[in-house]
Amino acid sequence: MSEQLHQSPGQRAWRRFKKNRPAVFGAWFLILLLAAICLWPVVLKISGSGFAKVHAPDQLSEKQFAPPSAQHWFGTDVHGRDVFSRTLYGAQISLLVGVVGAVVSLIIGVLWGAVAGYIGGRVDSVLMRIVDVLYSLPSVIFVIVLISTLGEMLKESHFIHESPNAAGALRVTLLFVGLGAISWLTMARIIRGQVLSLRSRAFVEASRTLGAGAGRIIFHHIIPNIFGVAITYVTLTMPAIILYESFLSYLGLGVEPPMASWGTLIYEGVSQINPIRIYWWLLVFPSAVLVTTLLALNFLGDGLRDAWDVKSK
Amino acid sequence: MYFLRRLFYAVPLLLVISALAFALVHLAPGGPFDSDRAPASPEIERNIKAKYHLDEPIWKQYGRWLGDLTHGDFGVSLKYRNFTVNDIIAQGLPVSATLGGLAFCFAMAVGLPVGFLTAARRGQWQDYIGGFFSVLAVCIPNFVLAPLLMLVFAMKIKLFPVALWESPWHMVLPVIALGLYFAGKVSRIFRDSMIAAAQSEFITAARAKGLGETTLLFKHAFRIALLPVVSYSGPMLADLLTGSFIIENFFQIPGIGVSLINSSLNRDYTVVVGLSLLYAILLVGLNLAVDFAYTLLDPRVKYE
Repeated sequence: MSEQLHQSPGQRAWRRFKKNRPAVFGAWFLILLLAAICLWPVVLKISGSGFAKVHAPDQLSEKQFAPPSAQHWFGTDVHGRDVFSRTLYGAQISLLVGVVGAVVSLIIGVLWGAVAGYIGGRVDSVLMRIVDVLYSLPSVIFVIVLISTLGEMLKESHFIHESPNAAGALRVTLLFVGLGAISWLTMARIIRGQVLSLRSRAFVEASRTLGAGAGRIIFHHIIPNIFGVAITYVTLTMPAIILYESFLSYLGLGVEPPMASWGTLIYEGVSQINPIRIYWWLLVFPSAVLVTTLLALNFLGDGLRDAWDVKSK
Repeated sequence: MYFLRRLFYAVPLLLVISALAFALVHLAPGGPFDSDRAPASPEIERNIKAKYHLDEPIWKQYGRWLGDLTHGDFGVSLKYRNFTVNDIIAQGLPVSATLGGLAFCFAMAVGLPVGFLTAARRGQWQDYIGGFFSVLAVCIPNFVLAPLLMLVFAMKIKLFPVALWESPWHMVLPVIALGLYFAGKVSRIFRDSMIAAAQSEFITAARAKGLGETTLLFKHAFRIALLPVVSYSGPMLADLLTGSFIIENFFQIPGIGVSLINSSLNRDYTVVVGLSLLYAILLVGLNLAVDFAYTLLDPRVKYE
């Protein structure tokens, strides 16, 4: 018991986290997925041209709609491409969209919530009324307007005509940032609540008495203390953003071919559904990887929340 | 009195929301006539724009739209010019609301018992199994669930029709595909609030007085634990009643969820703004209803 008293809050959280089996499973799954994403291109490169020719994500072949086999673990699609490779390849985009979007929503949400909660008074009510208004609009309108506006701006700039590759990358980046820019509302509300309770705590009062300004208190005392809560909500925001990207791909507003995300892969699987022949592997495998990743993120998020929650000791 | 004042405050909120929606769609590049079949000559385009007052400054257009709204007129769809927005809502809302209402009932009918069971058997196998399926329900997106249900229950086992919206039989798959996510959400929220309620002081007091565990959980904890579920149902119902694009598109259901997305893609200004306002009215109204339900469920809650 006495040993526990000497632990820092971070160490205590880590101990509690390690005991949470679903959360540890989630963390391991994500690590393995990341490793697979990074190593698969290396495997393709060093294993010689024969293997790479069969498995490269963009390699077309005669074997259309081959069911799963020892050679093609997840089968092949309409162009004879290896679905396993394409799923790993799509994972890059989907995970990146989740991470970048969540970080953008974290930055906006933390700043918005911290300012509202710390300054309080009229600033607080104005900032939070804005959040209320934004909550009451269907978010899809923002996304569609944002993406089409940015797309139009891109089309007009001559940058695009010079290098189409850079344009594609830029489009995806804008998509990432746009998704984050509409997902910060809940984060702002949670952070504001945390800051409200923190700002009246003794150590903040002490710092203020010593003459620290608002900026110093926010960046040195408030933000480090809400770090745990913020990280938790990042892991819970990521699934929402990954799903949003998939939804946009379904509408044709997301990632464009030849790039792929889990959303576009699942959509390809769905579009091949017909009563005569069922190509179940096109739908089932990408979906299974997506769902397992979302499960892992949720377990991880719940585990982090429980680990940082002071009350649940 | 408190609720009258809230109702009064809702009016400016809705005005701001409608103005923002109005400004957003008008600022987006492109217009409602871009994809018309024949490339119209500049004069024709100017005439069409003049007819629908799209050549006026945006604040003037908004004023005109507000004026029409005061007699309950949402305007004419700019894409499908034989339809008014009121027509689109009158045709689509009953369908979407039926689907959403049934999905809500499904979510409650599944989520509440599972949440109760997992809370009552906390730390036992029922808790782990129920908890796992609740997270799983939250993690399966409806664009995966809908095709899977269709593949298995409509194509392999021909138990339900593949699509369309005709008989109660047609409703089963879409309702499950739409409601399962919310069932998982409700179950998770209800489990946590049941556990918190069971640990609260008034329950300990009642237990000390010798009340049985069953009465304690079902009668006293249940009522308080319902509060977080009630607050979640406000936004949940607003989402469900205004339709889901994926489900309606996939099962070929003529609801307003499809209309909202299509009109945003087509820049059908009047339809986007009308449907957004409809959603906002539902959301604000339901949140008010949630607060009112609080006073009924929890005698400690009093609004001044």
